[in-house]
Order: sequence, then structure tokens, then C-alpha cells
Amino acid sequence: MRESVRVDAETPILEAERVSLRFGGVRALTDVSFAVRRGEIFSIIGPNGAGKTSMVNCVSGRYRPTEGRILFEGRDITRMPTRRRAALGIGRTFQNLALFGHMTVLDNIMVGRHHLLRSGFLRGMVYWLGGAQREEIAHRREVEEIIDFLEIQHVRKAVAGQLPYGLRKRVELARAVALRPKLILLDEPMAGMNLEEKEDMARYILDLNEEWGMTVLMIEHDMGVVMDISQRVMVLDFGRKIAEGPPEAVLADEHVKRAYLGEADEAVSEPEEAVA
Amino acid sequence: MELGFFLQLLLNGLIVGALYGVVAMSFVLIYKASQVVNFAQGEFLLVGAWVCWWLLTAWQLPFWAGFLVTLAFMTAFGVILQVVVLRPLIGEPVISVIMVTIGLSIFFQALMKWMFGVFAQPFPSIFAADQVRVLGLEVQSVYLLSLAISVAIMLGFWWFFTYSKHGLAMRATAFDQQVAASLGVSVPRVFAMSWAISAVVSAVAGVVVGVVNGVSSALSFYGIKVFPAVILGGLDSIVGAVLGGLIVGVLENVAQWLDAEVLNWGNMYQIAPFYALILILLIKPYGLFGTEAIERV
Repeated sequence: MRESVRVDAETPILEAERVSLRFGGVRALTDVSFAVRRGEIFSIIGPNGAGKTSMVNCVSGRYRPTEGRILFEGRDITRMPTRRRAALGIGRTFQNLALFGHMTVLDNIMVGRHHLLRSGFLRGMVYWLGGAQREEIAHRREVEEIIDFLEIQHVRKAVAGQLPYGLRKRVELARAVALRPKLILLDEPMAGMNLEEKEDMARYILDLNEEWGMTVLMIEHDMGVVMDISQRVMVLDFGRKIAEGPPEAVLADEHVKRAYLGEADEAVSEPEEAVA
Repeated sequence: MELGFFLQLLLNGLIVGALYGVVAMSFVLIYKASQVVNFAQGEFLLVGAWVCWWLLTAWQLPFWAGFLVTLAFMTAFGVILQVVVLRPLIGEPVISVIMVTIGLSIFFQALMKWMFGVFAQPFPSIFAADQVRVLGLEVQSVYLLSLAISVAIMLGFWWFFTYSKHGLAMRATAFDQQVAASLGVSVPRVFAMSWAISAVVSAVAGVVVGVVNGVSSALSFYGIKVFPAVILGGLDSIVGAVLGGLIVGVLENVAQWLDAEVLNWGNMYQIAPFYALILILLIKPYGLFGTEAIERV
């Protein structure tokens, strides 16, 4: 039925169909299905080790699901390499900051433009003749726009690894935005931030969604933020989906309460350490 | 002690050292991009020099044409080597990869001996004047050319990694392959490209040395000389590789002079760099510019 690739407003931008992921005997994900609609902010929440990052890694291409399919704009991308997914329009940030530490902020962001820079090696060598220079100027303009938007003008020439944590998080977001993705995957964009930084980050995410037209798939632990900005929330626990729906409905769900607060018997078996 | 003689040695050291630096740079390039310790780096010089020599003598091509064809050949050589031999080894233990590059080194040495014989062959003469005087010092014209080429290659590297899209992609890949891929960088292509560039640059060095000393299997010894240079500078630093090369070049010449004038121990030319290597590693275990690997336990 969905074999013919037809993209219209109704087609979800991202679908996961019965995705399972096993590492040897460890079941990281079991039979998880969900769909992200075009233009929404969709959050995945759940206790530590619930499989949230594994799910995002399946979408970005870092992991290949053991079973099930991933569809992007109606197209099966389950076996597609990571970089081709990036070229299709899936950008991401990482849970543990993954900036290129020795490079400047500007260079970090320019790597995000990689697949958009068409000039190949040879055209690059005849820099001024082949239009590579013109191309680069256009790219620089857009990169500057992103830098303005995320308010990192003052550090653009700084070495990324030496910036304070909050700024590095913003630079990483800028790099992912530079890809001009249709779908952006944010793995704990607010982890370790203070209240003020969290508010800023929430505003950037909302702007990206509303003004830049990006669909957002986000993992976040801060319930306040999740409830405030997401349209829909999915809850994972021990690799299984236990709830999905609007934030209020999910919060009221009995399974969710149990997963988070833990009943007497489950509290014992709940893993304490984070499994990223 | 004669100042003139000393300066002459210093200059020779810098010229030879610049060549070591170029080879060390191409060694570091492969190590940084694909984490492969390439024991066949010296054979890149050997293959490049023999191919160029063959084009010049058997086909009577003018030097510039033979040189360009050699570079094209080495590009293909590097890519094919990476794709056919090293790509299947991705994810295998480091020791297996090292054994394979040692194997490649032996294979190409034997192949070159089989194809071109075991005797050193001189390049056809390229320059009208063998020697020129620079600031009162006698310098061979090929040495001057070699210095110019080395500096040009270094500038080229600097430009490539600072300004070009592919250079940026390579730096990104060297830092973290997963992250680079998530930004649309093709990691397999970066690997192939790093081997191609490394093979080409080494071949240029091979041709230059071949023009100076003749082509013979001694060229692959440059692959060994690269180790003190690279480890001095730090395995993952391109600037370090250049400096390491210069230091090794100067050390060799100064050691030889000391040996001849004072010590009379013999053969210091060969071993002095390795003494220096051990000393520096005692003080700075990651080399002068290497990244310290910090492990949290």
C-alpha cells in the first residue's frame, strides 16, 4: 500500500513500524511503532535506559533495527547509510556534546553545510573560475543567518572546544540547523542547563519549528519543558512504548505514573544507571 | 670549527628534513583520517619514483608529462589500495591492519625489484646547472627544487584543510566518524581520498629523492625515517609532522658532523634521530604536538 512513494500533507514525515533492536541478549527496543506528523514537536520521554537514544539512533542511521521499518516521508530508509539520511533532511544533535573541538564555531557549522556544497574537489581547485566562490558566499550568508538566530555572533571565530557548556550546546544546534533538515532530532537539548539557558533553548526550538518550518523529534528529561512545547509525547519504558498522546493525557496515564514513580515491586528492579 | 661548513650542514638538514616532513605529513594524513598505521608509506615513494623513471626512460616523455602521469597513476593507486585492501579491514583489530600494511610493504618492494631490477637507476638529467650558489653556500639545484616543492606541498595542505570543503570533511571525520556522517559526510569517500592524497604526495617526494640519488629500493627507507619524525611531532598532528621531519633532517646532519669531528663512533647519521626520539618520548610521551589520550577510570 505504502510502497508507492507519495508525499502529501497527510503522510507523516517519520514513521517507525514495529521497530525492535537487540544487542546480543539485551533488548533495547521491542516492537515500537509511532508516527511524527509534519510540522509538530514530538517528544520521547522515559526513565534512564528506556531506549530513547536507541530509538533516535535508529532514525538517524547509527543503529540498524533488528526488526521493523523506518519510513521518512513515506520512503523506506531502514537500510540507508547515515550520510544519505542527512542529505534527505534528517539532522541531529547528540546527548553528549559532539562538537569538533579543535575547529572554530564557523568551521563546525560549515561542516553542516557539507552536503549542500556542490563544488567538488576539482572545481574547488579552480576556486575563482568554477563558481565555487559564488557558491561559498551564498552559503556564508545563510550560515550567518543561523548564527544570528542562535545569538552566537560573538563567538563565531572562537575554538568550539573552549566555549562554556551552554554555548557549546547552541553551537551544536546551529550545526544541525545548517543542514537545513526537514526533521531535526534533538537528544536532550537541555541537559545540564540552568533555568535561564533552558528557557532560551525552548524558545529556539519553538522558533525553529514555527518560523523555520522544521519538524522536531526531541528527547528530554525536563518535564516542564516537554509539557510546554510538545504537541505529542511518547513514553518508553524498558524498550517498550507504554503511552502516546498529548502531554496532559500522557501525564495522567496510569502506566506512565507507575514507570516514573515506580511501585514497590518495580522500584527494586529499575536500573539505576543511565544506559545511553 | 668552521661556521660555513656548519651552515652548509644545517641547510642540507633542512632540505632533507623538509622532505621527511612531507612524507611524515602524508603518513599522519592516513592515520588521522582512517586510524591506520601505514607501514607501506616508504613504498609509496618507491612506486612513484619507479613509475616516473619508467615513463621518462622507456617512453621518453618530457619530465613534466611523466611527472603528471605519475601523479594521476598514484591517485588511482591510493584509491584502489584503500578500497580493495583496507576497506574490508574496517572494524578488524589494529594488529591485523598493521600486519596487512607490513605485508603491502614487502609485496611492493619485491614487485618493484622484479619489474625494474635491483640496481639503482639514475634519472635523466633535468637541470642544466648541477650546482648553484645561494648566500655563499653551494647547493645542488635539485635540492633547491626539492625544497620549493616541499614548501609548496605544505602550503597546499594548509590551504586544503583550512578552506576546502573536503578538507573540512576530513577534519570532521578524523574527529568523529559518526558525527561527520550525521552531517552528510561520506566517510568511505574521505578514507579513499586520504589514501589518494597520501600516495600522491609521497610519490612527489619519491621522484625528488630519485632525481637526487637515483631510484632504488633504498627509497623505502624513508618510510622508516618517518617514524621518528611523526612520533616526535605527535602521531595526529600535521604541523608536528613537518617540524618532526625538519628536526630529524637537521639532527642527522649535525650528528654526522659531530661524529666525524669529535666522537668517531661511526654511523651516527642513522641512529641519532632515534636517540632523540627516545629522549623526547621520555619527557613528552605524546610527542611535541600530539593529543594526550586521557582515560577516565
